[in-house]
Amino acid sequence: MHLLRFIVGRLVVYALVIVFALTVLFFVPRLGPTDPVEAMLAKVSSQGAYMDAAQVDALRRSLADTFGLNGSLLEQYWAFIKRIVFTGDFGPSLSMYPTPVMELIWNALPWTFGLLLTSTLIAWVLGNFVGLLSGWRPNANSSRIMEGIAICLYPIPYYILALVLSILFSYVWRIFPLTTTIRGAPWSWELVSSIVWNSFLPAMSIVIVVFGWWVISVKAQTSALKEEEFARYARLKGLGDGRILTRYILPNALLPQITFLALQIGLMFNGSLITEILFDYPGLGLLIYTAVLQGDFNLLMGTISLSVIAVATATMIIDLIYPLLDPRIRHR
Amino acid sequence: MITIDKVTVGYGTAGFIKAVDGVSLSIGDNEIVGIAGETGSGKSTLMRAVYGDFSTGLRIKDGTITGRFVDQKNGQVIEAPSSRFHRLWWDQMSYIPQGSMSVLNPLMKIEAQVVDGLPKRERGGSRADLRRRIADFLAGFGLEETVLDAYPHQLSGGMRQRVLVAIAAFVNPRLILADEPTTALDVVVQKKILLMMVEIQRRLRNTLVLVSHDLGVHYQITDRLVIMYKGQIVETGPTAEIFANPQHDYTRNLIAALPRLHGKRSVDRVGEAP
Amino acid sequence: MRSFFAHAPFRLYLGIVLIAACIILGGILPWFAPGDPLVWYSAPRNQSPSAAHWLGTTSLGQDVFWLLTYALRNSLLLGLVVAGFSTIIGVFLGLAAGYAGGWLDRVLSFFMDALLCIPSLPILILMAALFGGQLAMPIIAVALIVFNWPYPARQVRAVALTMREREFINVAWFSGESSVRILVRHIFPYIAGWSAANFINTVLVGISTESALAVIGLSSAQQATLGTMIYWAINYQALLAGKYVWIGSPVIAIVLLFIGLFLVSSGLSMRSAARRMSV
Repeated sequence: MHLLRFIVGRLVVYALVIVFALTVLFFVPRLGPTDPVEAMLAKVSSQGAYMDAAQVDALRRSLADTFGLNGSLLEQYWAFIKRIVFTGDFGPSLSMYPTPVMELIWNALPWTFGLLLTSTLIAWVLGNFVGLLSGWRPNANSSRIMEGIAICLYPIPYYILALVLSILFSYVWRIFPLTTTIRGAPWSWELVSSIVWNSFLPAMSIVIVVFGWWVISVKAQTSALKEEEFARYARLKGLGDGRILTRYILPNALLPQITFLALQIGLMFNGSLITEILFDYPGLGLLIYTAVLQGDFNLLMGTISLSVIAVATATMIIDLIYPLLDPRIRHR
Repeated sequence: MITIDKVTVGYGTAGFIKAVDGVSLSIGDNEIVGIAGETGSGKSTLMRAVYGDFSTGLRIKDGTITGRFVDQKNGQVIEAPSSRFHRLWWDQMSYIPQGSMSVLNPLMKIEAQVVDGLPKRERGGSRADLRRRIADFLAGFGLEETVLDAYPHQLSGGMRQRVLVAIAAFVNPRLILADEPTTALDVVVQKKILLMMVEIQRRLRNTLVLVSHDLGVHYQITDRLVIMYKGQIVETGPTAEIFANPQHDYTRNLIAALPRLHGKRSVDRVGEAP
Repeated sequence: MRSFFAHAPFRLYLGIVLIAACIILGGILPWFAPGDPLVWYSAPRNQSPSAAHWLGTTSLGQDVFWLLTYALRNSLLLGLVVAGFSTIIGVFLGLAAGYAGGWLDRVLSFFMDALLCIPSLPILILMAALFGGQLAMPIIAVALIVFNWPYPARQVRAVALTMREREFINVAWFSGESSVRILVRHIFPYIAGWSAANFINTVLVGISTESALAVIGLSSAQQATLGTMIYWAINYQALLAGKYVWIGSPVIAIVLLFIGLFLVSSGLSMRSAARRMSV
């Protein structure tokens, strides 16, 4: 019963967080020193498109509409929330008119999710493996060297690593492509291999950093856990090292990782945005960048709102999963 | 069963800090031996050396500890020094730790923790079969089957300690070592656990070595008592005799420190017909 | 290799050495710059490293070495300002939440959780796009402070909560010490170590986020930071021209600075963890 109450409580907090995030998004354009509509018009005309006064006026009105700048502040706010939460409609893209913004986002999302999910998964498995082994023998030379490498990798921002990788493997040694070009018929082998080939460097830049992070934290966890009484008892039961590691240390090391993950997700998302831009990778990050460059405010508002909602949702889901996995909280 | 011959045990690889100093003792089949002494008397170190737990820098400097076990199945005799006892763990010998909050894996159900480490001979049959036998075994000590599906944090301190005794006993070993199994429990629960241990020993007719600083505990269940002081054995003999006629000053002080009721000891021996 | 990275002190010292090098490079050397290195054609163009121009010059005729010192100075300044304000606000609000409890705690905790859930970079990109394509440094700093105070606040709140239950706090309470005195004399020493670690970490996050924004050209172009230096290098085809020193020097500076910051922050938190355990 208390579990149900917990879940409901978390969902209420989640709803409030989303409303809070949307409120922030609503007020950001209104905080600026410049009128976003005028800034946008300036951008459009600076790109050389000639428009007569009537056209400019029509565009101004439609922009005011998409920004929800019509009516009183309260009306604007309500219209904004309603549009995002209930219809999920961000209008047509201005730079790729008349494709709806949502369609562009839906096309980009699998790329971002695929990249982030695959690379974090690989990094997580590798990091746990190495972290567990080096935590088990924390004073062995190999463990120290592994930790030293991890310490040098983890603080590097993704985009810096992405830059270094692309300089090394695309400029100095021309092994991997500079920008992403996917080709091949749907579901063909050519398509799959082209995706893997093109995603390799962006994924590596995420894998390496996240790997460093897991090695550091899992090593610390493991070397603390193996001094716990239950690990000693398991050893005195005559259980082998492998069994103690997998059945006693690993599960206890994995649990708190869920909380770490919840705190890291936002930072990971930030990093992947820039990585995508640097590699021309067709995900959400590149879409945001395109929107900024083209002054496509519908697309910008749509992509930004969706990223904020997606990250908040992911964080809350992870937060919700934790107590379901920990029996000490599940059965109280 | 266990022969301890002038053994000196201590810690440290570079320097050596002596904890047990030239102790000799022999532990026989089918008896309950108590080792008593204050903190730092070397009783826990001696127990670790007897169990063969040579981690964290523990080592034998002089003398030997040897064991002689008879395999229940094929009657084969196993003789080994304690440095090789780790092969006999959870087979010929098992261990009861002090049941603190963190001694059981917090993420594993009790059933899995009973099964984990069991020797092949005790595992026979299907999983359901094994569970049935464990449940019956626990029922014999007043523990319900639901305990098997519980996580450690759901059990009280006394329950947890009884589970630990059951885990060690279900192995059906020839030797059980218990390290302060009743410390930090109230007297009523303590008595229950001591009763359980005596019952198990009488049933299995094996050897139980009980380490405790509490002479009251030893008085209740041990057949033979060893008093340690500053790393040495100062007195050893049948428990009743030691209590009736203590030879060493230290023993006399320990006995005098026990609570008394109307001039008689406030505890009685457990597990014997009245 | 013995004790390499394993003990907090060594980590700490190595980190301090790295940071000190960055501070000398970015904090002191800019005073000795022969002129504003930002000015185009203040030096011959496309020079390779030489005695006159240690790291060569850019294709815009800027001295890379002096540009780097200016970039480091501005990045460090931004990081320190963001971390300073975030830590002060975070510690204050965290203490208030943990110590006062009740509705104040609930409201503050909600804001901490909510801000931690919201990714800062997309919001900054939105602001940059709306405010004319580039964000001025002070605006970036304010936005980063808003997004970064919850980290120290959450930690301080947790410490303050456990502190409230501690024996010696009760003793102080019953012996009639005022709340403020208890905070300053008994609780603050405990959170100082954590806050220091957090401060360093926030310096890192601040510099990193601004650089991320700069690398895609959305930070201020009027000032050199490590990120804008990379942006210029990419934009003026340093890579195609093979001028790896131009793009390499800010990259290496960022990497070394961040490793130094991370070593100090983890060294500090290891030390306060050890100290907390020994109490």
